Amino acid sequence: MSAASGDVGGDASRERILGRIRRALADVPRYERPRDHPVVRDYLRAHGERTPAESVDLLAENLADYRAVVHRTDTAGLPPLLGRLLASRGARRVVVPTGLPGGWLAGARVDLVTDSVALTPRELDGADSVVTGCALAIAETGTVVLDSGPDQGRRRISLVPDHHLCVVRIADQIVDSVPQALERLAPGRPLTWISGPSATSDIELDRVEGVHGPRTLEVILVDGDPRSM
Amino acid sequence: MSGAVSPTGGSAHATYLGMPAFPRAAAVSTRDSGLRANLRRATHTIRAKRAAAVAELDDWERLRAAGAAIKDRTLRHLDHYLVRLEENVTRAGGTVHWAADAAEANRIVTELVRATGEREVVKVKSMVTQEIGLNAALSEAGIRAYETDLAELIVQLGDDLPSHILVPAIHRNRGEIRDIFRDRMAQWGRPAPEGLTDRPADLAEAARLHLREKFLSINVAISGANFMVAETGTLVVVESEGNGRMCLTLPETLISVVGIEKTVPTWQDLEVFLQLLPRSSTAERMNPYTSMWTGTTAEDGPRAFHLVLLDNGRTDTLADRTGRQALRCIRCSACLNVCPVYERAGGHAYGSPYPGPIGAILTPQLRGLTSALEESLPFASSLCGACYEVCPVAIDIPEVLVHLRERVVEGGEVTVRGTRTVIKPAKRHAAERALMRTAGWVLDHPAALRHGQRLAARTRRFHPRRLPGPGRAWTDTRELPRMPAESFRDWWARTRGGPAGTRSREQAS
Amino acid sequence: MRVGLFVTCVNDTLYPRTGQAVVTLLERLGVQVDFPMTQSCCGQPQFNTGYRHQAEPLMRRYATAFQDFDHVVTPSASCTAMIRDNYPRIAAKAAAEGRGGTMSEAAAGAVAKTYELTEFLVDVLGVTDVGAYFPHTVTYHPTCHGLRVLGLGDRPLRLLEKVRGIELRKPAGAEECCGFGGTFAVKNPAVSAAMGADKARALTETGATAVCAVDNSCLLHIGGTLARDGSAVRPVHIAEILACTEGSAL
Repeated sequence: MSAASGDVGGDASRERILGRIRRALADVPRYERPRDHPVVRDYLRAHGERTPAESVDLLAENLADYRAVVHRTDTAGLPPLLGRLLASRGARRVVVPTGLPGGWLAGARVDLVTDSVALTPRELDGADSVVTGCALAIAETGTVVLDSGPDQGRRRISLVPDHHLCVVRIADQIVDSVPQALERLAPGRPLTWISGPSATSDIELDRVEGVHGPRTLEVILVDGDPRSM
Repeated sequence: MSGAVSPTGGSAHATYLGMPAFPRAAAVSTRDSGLRANLRRATHTIRAKRAAAVAELDDWERLRAAGAAIKDRTLRHLDHYLVRLEENVTRAGGTVHWAADAAEANRIVTELVRATGEREVVKVKSMVTQEIGLNAALSEAGIRAYETDLAELIVQLGDDLPSHILVPAIHRNRGEIRDIFRDRMAQWGRPAPEGLTDRPADLAEAARLHLREKFLSINVAISGANFMVAETGTLVVVESEGNGRMCLTLPETLISVVGIEKTVPTWQDLEVFLQLLPRSSTAERMNPYTSMWTGTTAEDGPRAFHLVLLDNGRTDTLADRTGRQALRCIRCSACLNVCPVYERAGGHAYGSPYPGPIGAILTPQLRGLTSALEESLPFASSLCGACYEVCPVAIDIPEVLVHLRERVVEGGEVTVRGTRTVIKPAKRHAAERALMRTAGWVLDHPAALRHGQRLAARTRRFHPRRLPGPGRAWTDTRELPRMPAESFRDWWARTRGGPAGTRSREQAS
Repeated sequence: MRVGLFVTCVNDTLYPRTGQAVVTLLERLGVQVDFPMTQSCCGQPQFNTGYRHQAEPLMRRYATAFQDFDHVVTPSASCTAMIRDNYPRIAAKAAAEGRGGTMSEAAAGAVAKTYELTEFLVDVLGVTDVGAYFPHTVTYHPTCHGLRVLGLGDRPLRLLEKVRGIELRKPAGAEECCGFGGTFAVKNPAVSAAMGADKARALTETGATAVCAVDNSCLLHIGGTLARDGSAVRPVHIAEILACTEGSAL
């Protein structure tokens, strides 16, 4: 179990801690199995009833509330919109995951840097923007979740560049609530939940946007299916 | 403490060791008007926001009950869940280490860093590494640890101690932070920008520039975790700034030091805590970044992942049937933000990285009632109950405070490093104990009580306005009440009952 | 209806006028009040300071003193909270120590019959207008145990709002603890005084001439602080306001 030398952190400590726990729990009946201790899950699976259209509006509203910039378009409008957003920031080097549909950035006049293990953190730091898809988005909390899928890439690419453009498919990627999101996510994959640009409350407990992660988060809600572009 | 790696040239690491008992520390800190103003502003800002964030969810009380129940289920079967967690982390490519105490955890982490050949590490904010004094231990081994959370950075640059669970530098206002950045950043790396203002956005920018160099070059990261999912082996870090993501994804080696009580049984359980924590903590619907990882992933993130499971007093706490509920804590800090005692005394008076109401019950249990400080903490509360009201996992902090007070004044059974033992009543409470015994006797003998009341009433003209000795603690700031000429029971007996006592008015009239 | 009055040790010794006001008020509402002389203290100071075992005989004494009553009324939210929250705990811990005996019955009986004064008026008697007259400006301080342990809610305010002649003023930070906390006031005098000073300032700023609460123990601290500051605000227990009528100043 242990990589450390000698007995440090080894089986002796493991047994000592587990033994202490068992002695500490002498009051728990021996026949009690973990699931015997009741957990009542009468909390809500989602807060309120919403039509799909209302969920999209709520997602947009909550994203914007935490200072993400939200855009809506359809499949045909996606490439020109991405091109315009990158151009308006003056972005030149743009990181993309390996599986990003090629058509998305067809209209963008930028140097594309495709994610690969050869890309060093410093090279990533030299990029202006990153464009990704997502695994899903949560309306009630204004969250996009990335699971390192082919259209999202390694976790670091959506972190180091200062500008993140994240595309969400309206048709099948929006859930209402945190419980619904967890049901759809695979625990084995590295997951990053993003709710607005990076922020801190460390100065006088007042929220300020923009610390180490991307200081600008733009979320593009797309009607239709842009996967085959 | 090795001076060689001390960037400030002075003592490398401020320490909680040898701090005075709470009342003495608080007597000093409550007079610090600057500190009082900083804490008042910060805690009052977050209070109203938390209330609003919680009010958005009409099932809050049900989530809270579920959160408490999940934690209780975990604690009642902690051995089972830790073994499952270990299996699943190992299966996913991680390595699990067990540390019975702080010294062992520090040795494990130090050796793991040494084995990489690196001399620098970046750290995600972690209360548990503050608890074990990891930075000092690394420093002694010639390894420099860089704190990357903004508030931890402020604390580290200022050679200071954390005073809040969520916002360790809450005792500093923007002007003080600006001064610390301007004066100290150069000693640790990239200096603060010329003409740095005290605007929070500029201060955040300065931290971004200062730390970016570290993130891009340092190959070992040390973190804590908010949750560990036993059935999947997944660890969860909840943060805001992105420094956590930097540390969790850029370095080659990741070492996470986590208290054993951070375990939750299932993936589904996260649906409760990811709703409870952000709203209680930063009063957000969701914090900006949450990272979840399971072991290692090919080509994405660290190639080596070590999980150090820490006991350090947690199993002793678990052995106390009333006190163990403190282990439900998810470190949200809502109890600090509503506590009128914390607001005035400040976090340092609690003498531990866990200040405020939760610290007052956690510190004496994790460390044991080992000094005047730990013995004083259960009394550092007016029992107003505001902490219990906001706690997202329903820890009845007043109940545990009173329970620990009993351990202090009456002694009793405790568990110390896994061994059950009976402690004696604390010596410094001997006079109080005698007084309580006398008062208890008088109150249990109403005739004696009545005699005492009459004596006090007869002599009331001679009662001093200001008391000597321990009584000064009252009369220094407060008038004493005037003794009435007649107690209620004498009035009742005189007007309604006759000397023998009670019952019918008819008899008396 | 016949009720037992648990006046509390603090009121018995220091604030007999509060007990007298409860008697006046309840009798005016047609309730027959008795005061069993064998009563003493609920045991809260002992229990909350860590002397649980010292509180046990006082719990038994309480149960015995009031065994013949269906209702016990007390002008103290804090003592009611002690009985309701902690008597069952004392009994459970004694049982765990093998000394249970009749303690759990004593505790359960006490819990079932004990009412804080405003609870009794609003919930049992079903009145909010008690026919009181009090022509003064008053600020109401909700004490912690009334607010958070008993959940008194707006009961005291509903009673006060019906008092003729009264003008109510809400203080800033109303729900924040005054800093009394029993032995906390002398064990942590600096923090207690700091909390008291902030509370006194908020109360004085209302411009009221009286601060009213459901607990004289908190008012002991608040009033002592106000008096030392030379504030014009005087502490008064809610019972004393509710007992006043146009014909009778207390």
